[in-house]
Amino acid sequence: MVKEDLKIIVEDLDFFYGGLKALDGVNIQIPERKVTALIGPSGCGKSTFLRVLNRMNDLIPGTRLEGKVLIDGHDIYADNIDVVELRKKIGMVFQKSNPFPKSIFDNVAYGLRIHGSKDRVILAEIVEESLKRAALWDEVKDDLKRSAMELSGGQQQRLCIARALATGPEILLMDEPASALDPISTAKIEELIREFKEHYTIVIVTHNMQQAARVSDYTALFYLGKLIEFNVTEEVFTRPSEKQTEDYITGRFG
Amino acid sequence: MKRGRIQELIAFWCLRMAIVIILAALGSIIWFLGKNGLSILSWEFLTEPPREGMTEGGIFPALVGTCYLVFGAIIWALPLGVLAAIYLTEYTRQGKVIRVIRLGINNLAGVPSVVFGLFGLTFFVIYLGFGVSILSGSLTLAFMILPTIIRASEEAILAVPQTFREASFALGATRWQTIYKVVLPQALPGVLTGSILGIGRAAGETAPIIFTAATFYTPHLPRSIFDPVMALPFHLYVLATEGTHLEKTLPIQYGTALVLLGLVLGINLVAIVWRARLRRKKKW
Repeated sequence: MVKEDLKIIVEDLDFFYGGLKALDGVNIQIPERKVTALIGPSGCGKSTFLRVLNRMNDLIPGTRLEGKVLIDGHDIYADNIDVVELRKKIGMVFQKSNPFPKSIFDNVAYGLRIHGSKDRVILAEIVEESLKRAALWDEVKDDLKRSAMELSGGQQQRLCIARALATGPEILLMDEPASALDPISTAKIEELIREFKEHYTIVIVTHNMQQAARVSDYTALFYLGKLIEFNVTEEVFTRPSEKQTEDYITGRFG
Repeated sequence: MKRGRIQELIAFWCLRMAIVIILAALGSIIWFLGKNGLSILSWEFLTEPPREGMTEGGIFPALVGTCYLVFGAIIWALPLGVLAAIYLTEYTRQGKVIRVIRLGINNLAGVPSVVFGLFGLTFFVIYLGFGVSILSGSLTLAFMILPTIIRASEEAILAVPQTFREASFALGATRWQTIYKVVLPQALPGVLTGSILGIGRAAGETAPIIFTAATFYTPHLPRSIFDPVMALPFHLYVLATEGTHLEKTLPIQYGTALVLLGLVLGINLVAIVWRARLRRKKKW
């Protein structure tokens, strides 16, 4: 079905929280440098799926995974995988903006510093580049020492995006990145997402179907832990092949 | 009047009386000490050693000794307590073992201070051969305030939002990097202020230092951590019970009590003001 270069391939994925099966037999092939939207009602497993991709679920005790998750052909749940390296390659933006209570500069430089960069010139360059890409540079360039907590909600979220970009990821995972923002800030984030797909493979969870339609190339609908439908976004929204998809996008449930 | 309204009124007055009694008790202690001790307070009282069989002079060595002991206790207990709290909150899965450890720590907090004193005597003074010294006394006090520090640290660490940890992990940080660079800086104010409250308690304790650190009288200040010291609570105890001139030392007793009370209240006040200021500054 998908004819692009594939970045992420998931095969027969089951995921458990203790005894609860949160993902059930998910097979999906996510194309490179495209935006893939994950939609579905609350509790359908889309956020869990997103967190499978950078192994954030490892942090939750009592979780278990079966099946394969391949990124660039490598099984990221194989024993020899370095989770730190993996997460460096995969940036993540959360639902609620979560800048560290540090300066703007230190926020963006955080990822670089923990991976050992000390050179001030290089740090400053990458911080500037990342802030520019996140369209925040012009608003903060005069005082990078200011606390990130003083920024507005929309600015904080773009700062978090800049922070995720700074480590040079290939994949960006976004967990409802605009759900807590006003319409103008949301529009800015969406514009960023459209620009980003030139460089990054983006997987975005969203509750907002208009948003999925606006920003994504592919859309996956999850329901009760199962992947119901995965196709080109336009197809999913205009000619859904599954009854459940049609019901969901027309607002009959969820 | 309706019955409910009367009950309400009685309940309210009972609660109000409870507060009045507590405040009255506290107020009368301070007033009593102030009335009897304030007159002797002077710069000389604070900066001179006792003279004439303790019936004259000041309390300088005791004041310094208490500061040494408290400072020593912090040096042992703070790192140990913070590291234990980090382990308990960040590195372990919350399960049966942790519950038992936590129960143990809470029980440690309930051990009477004289038991800590006897433990210090047998373990530090005799078994490890530290003698009656600042070292033994501060270690004993450290063990006594450890539960307070661990609990304050745990609370402060748990209060750091999970979202900060997630952001750090998602950027490829290890667990230790996350703790060291994100969690600890955020938790530190809470850790410190909570710990200071514990330290205030250590400053006023007599029983743990009687057998481990305190001495009746030294003409000079301690020269090393293996020297015994005078300490305010012990000094007070000695003057009040063993002095040969009880009447003559009475003003000194009140003065010593007042200084000790002031020291403890001062330490606590610093912690409380500091904490309030940090809370205002916090934005999350």
